[in-house]
Amino acid sequence: MAERVSVFRKEHFNAAHRLYNAAWDYAKNEKVFGKCALPNYHGHNYEMEVKITGEPDKDTGYVIDLKSLSELIKREVVQKFDHKNLNLDTEEFKNLNPTAENIVIVIYKVLRPHIDSKFELQVRLYETPRNFVEYPVGK
Amino acid sequence: MVYLTRMEHFNAAHKLYNPAWSKERNDDVFGLCANENWHGHNYDLYVTVKGQPDADTGFLYDVKKLSLIIKEHVIEKLDHKNLNLDVPFMQGKMCSSENLVVEIWKQLLPHLPKEVQLHSIKLYETPRIFVEYFGEIE
Repeated sequence: MAERVSVFRKEHFNAAHRLYNAAWDYAKNEKVFGKCALPNYHGHNYEMEVKITGEPDKDTGYVIDLKSLSELIKREVVQKFDHKNLNLDTEEFKNLNPTAENIVIVIYKVLRPHIDSKFELQVRLYETPRNFVEYPVGK
Repeated sequence: MVYLTRMEHFNAAHKLYNPAWSKERNDDVFGLCANENWHGHNYDLYVTVKGQPDADTGFLYDVKKLSLIIKEHVIEKLDHKNLNLDVPFMQGKMCSSENLVVEIWKQLLPHLPKEVQLHSIKLYETPRIFVEYFGEIE
């Protein structure tokens, strides 16, 4: 059995959002989410690292063609979210709080059907250079 | 002369949209940045002051105090805000990084101590897009 290798592609998008639970009043939202609950939105430069783990193909030496992975991420994720308001402009977050945690799960679910099941997929999402999340949880 | 820089950061929503133009023209000129529901960035702000280090402290200026001045007069007004809607000094202006860096200069200048001169302000909108302002009027 060939050795398994993880390959990574970074992509980015920027978006506005706010953190707000519609089942709570404004005071509770402000208490829990602080400035992130402000009504007129704020925004981030999001950086994604998409990790694919598998065996390098014996003919190409590639786990996956990173150019095609880049195109897939751009088509399925960046197109949806770049320069958008996550709360207002996307189907995915109409009824889901757009925390980094929820965004990374959505990105995983969007990408997974497009990636051969023989590969493992993991996504890391940076909301700021110092706040980042990963899904599924690490190996 | 020594130059001292403090970096602070904030994040904000904005859009680039000229209300005097049609939606089509805004889309044509500003592309995705004209999205009516806003988008946003993590901004990094570099403030550089210059002067002579003090003989007793070796400091040009206490950089912790410089940080507090930037936070009080700039970051507090911008962080987690919508630049178009929430920021008094951007009212009636296009919220480009070019305009924002000039307005940040104007906000900061009156609050800096006598012993330092404001040299430049550099503002990163994304890791690959930034503007710089040196206070030049023309």
